[in-house]
Amino acid sequence: MIPEIGYFSLVLAMGLSLLLCIFPLWGAYTGNLRLMRTAPSLAVGQCLLVLFSFGVLIYITLTDDFTVAYVAHHSSSTLPWYYKVTSTWGGHEGAILLWLVMQASWTALVAMMSKSLPWVLRARVLGVLGFLGVGFMLYTLWMSSPFERLLPYYPVEGRDLNPLLQDPGMIIHPPLLYMGYVGLSVSFSFAIAALLTGKLDNTWAKWSRPWTMAAWGFLTLGITIGSWWAYAELGWGGWWFWDPVENASLMPWLVATALLHSLAITEKRGVFKSWTVLLAIAAFSLCLLGTFIVRSGIIVSVHAFATDPDRGLFILSFLALVVGGSLALYGLRVSQVYSEGRYKLVSREVGLWVNNIFLVVATLIVLLGTLLPMIHKELGLGSISIGVPFFNQMFAILIVPFAILMGMAPMLRWKQNKLPPLAKKWAGIFVATIVITSAWLFSSFDEISTLTYLATALAVWICIATVVDLVEKVSVHPSTAQGLKRLGMSYWAMVLGHVGIAFVIASVTLTSAYSVERSVVMKKGETATLNDYEYRFEGVNEIRGPNYGGHAGEVTVFKDGEYVTLLHAEKRLYDVGMQFMTEAAIDDGFFRDLYLALGESMGNGAWSLRIYHKPYVRWMWLGGILISVAGFIVLADKRYRRRKQTSVEHA
Amino acid sequence: MNPRRKKRLFAVVAVIFGIGSAVGLTLYALQENINLFYTPSELIEGKGPEKELPYIGQKLRIGGMVVPGSVDRVETSLDVTFKLIDTGPMVTIKYHGILPDLFREGQGIVAQGTLVEPNVIEAFEVLAKHDEEYMPAEIAEAVKGIKHEKPKYNLNSEN
Repeated sequence: MIPEIGYFSLVLAMGLSLLLCIFPLWGAYTGNLRLMRTAPSLAVGQCLLVLFSFGVLIYITLTDDFTVAYVAHHSSSTLPWYYKVTSTWGGHEGAILLWLVMQASWTALVAMMSKSLPWVLRARVLGVLGFLGVGFMLYTLWMSSPFERLLPYYPVEGRDLNPLLQDPGMIIHPPLLYMGYVGLSVSFSFAIAALLTGKLDNTWAKWSRPWTMAAWGFLTLGITIGSWWAYAELGWGGWWFWDPVENASLMPWLVATALLHSLAITEKRGVFKSWTVLLAIAAFSLCLLGTFIVRSGIIVSVHAFATDPDRGLFILSFLALVVGGSLALYGLRVSQVYSEGRYKLVSREVGLWVNNIFLVVATLIVLLGTLLPMIHKELGLGSISIGVPFFNQMFAILIVPFAILMGMAPMLRWKQNKLPPLAKKWAGIFVATIVITSAWLFSSFDEISTLTYLATALAVWICIATVVDLVEKVSVHPSTAQGLKRLGMSYWAMVLGHVGIAFVIASVTLTSAYSVERSVVMKKGETATLNDYEYRFEGVNEIRGPNYGGHAGEVTVFKDGEYVTLLHAEKRLYDVGMQFMTEAAIDDGFFRDLYLALGESMGNGAWSLRIYHKPYVRWMWLGGILISVAGFIVLADKRYRRRKQTSVEHA
Repeated sequence: MNPRRKKRLFAVVAVIFGIGSAVGLTLYALQENINLFYTPSELIEGKGPEKELPYIGQKLRIGGMVVPGSVDRVETSLDVTFKLIDTGPMVTIKYHGILPDLFREGQGIVAQGTLVEPNVIEAFEVLAKHDEEYMPAEIAEAVKGIKHEKPKYNLNSEN
């Protein structure tokens, strides 16, 4: 009975979504304030029903109700309770329900936080969000219900959660990623509402900006944690594979990054409006495309999930409707958009514009690289793979001008700049970059390739330029304290975001260039050396977890004869699926990670082990966290606080 | 041309230049970085209507089922060889390293490597998917002649 209540609650939620899609939009069209005013309560009601439904799914998972197909497939009675909760989004149906939870929550948040928006805009934004809600709920109810029963013959035990997903990283990664994905639907809705209203002014950009920043912050954090999970859990020491599933999350991130820079120009200077709208549409469309790629099975991925062509077709049709509809509307309205601002070639406007081009080009490359194998195959030309070298090569080329620009652009002023003083400043920063990069690299490493030097210099360049700019902006004020106070949150976000990118560039460069790995076969008491570290194999113990057994290899690490750490690397065999899993042991550090994976028993007490030494790898996730913080602190900006009693209701 | 139009023109040119260079770069990089996928039969008998054979030294991807009993491991080193099969002849894979957790005899895997003899590949990467029921789509197609397979809900038979 309880699963049916969950399903029924979703049916009701879908009813409310349908009303949310119709009433406010119709009200805004006809100027009927009463209809428009239904939007917030419909949004909140829908959210409560979806949350209830999700609560039901968690409840039936915790109570091991294996009459429900989803629970039987993704959970088991021996699973620890927190992984039972995780299992509610470990499979397709549950993941889509989580998507709905996020969608409904964002919608309700927009409904509650947008009190000072004009009713027409508010109603339209919520109406568009309602439309998207209808699409996803229809999909859930029709072809992806997590409440389907296995009656009358049901198993007494579930099939367990995929052991790879039984990891703390996987508890938080999907919700964060979905928060980001779905959050971009808010930017999308603001763009569509602005197009419908026909008023593409700064107000729209100003309102859309904090939502976009928040969504982007979550997306960044989600991708970062996904990368960290791959590193810690897959046992290969890798952190990014250019897999279609990863690319699916990177594309919206790239476009959203372009979007928030473009929104800044539109808000401050009233230019690039139609471009900004287009980016908002593109960002969310790429989220849908990503879902299609991951869920349809059209692309062969090492970690694509349960796939089903019917579902793919539904998502593709929805995607076509959303993209086609919004582009048609865009085409109708774009001719009415005029830019107000004027600017010259050397100006912040142009700097940001070039940044946007780079980001869009990067997106196109990822898109091409991801989709070409599929197109190639569907054309009957056979199966090809476009691998890591392709993407690495392309991004290595793109990052050079992009990073140089990233250091320069914040110093540009709006409208117009005189070049000579800037050029002088940049020359100074360039010299400082060379000095610091050389000092850093030559003191840390023996061999330095030109490429490594260049890429590291880019990261240093960004950092120095950002700091120089920060100091200059503070020093125009009489006192430092006052200067710091005057800098807005958006400025701080820029500083953090850019420094975060510099960290990522430095980490990717140095860890790619200087990571070393050794596969060894050792018996108890034997040692192996890698870089300056000595690893002594202490043997293997049997282990027993709640739902798995296996072996743990113990390895003591010494450096210059001194004890560093004891690594404990596990090889687990999960009871239900009889699946082997490597649980790597990692000794993390600010400058290097020691990473150890237990291989297999080679007989007579010998085991294969894989040892990695990974310098600066942690900076990647540190950078990712800095970037996402940049997304969140903008929310603290005074300009975006809700103003009381200033709302003008006109309809 | 008025300044407004000029600016539009500048913007359009910039976009075209950006996209153009992206496509150019892509095509250039693709020439070197596309790996064709073969099944063991295609590797021996040739691929496509022209029955093209890969040349020695070609980088390629191969996917098939690991032949049960074919995994040969030297005790003291990490060298391993095994055979892959789909519907026809077998191909030998040489690999140095630790195999992925989900590597098992009788399971579908994908390997990337270089062709060193007409039927021997030296792999630098062996992949098995994160799912116990995984069979790479390409192999499913070759082995079963089916294009997509729906996920099955046949729990009852197991328990």
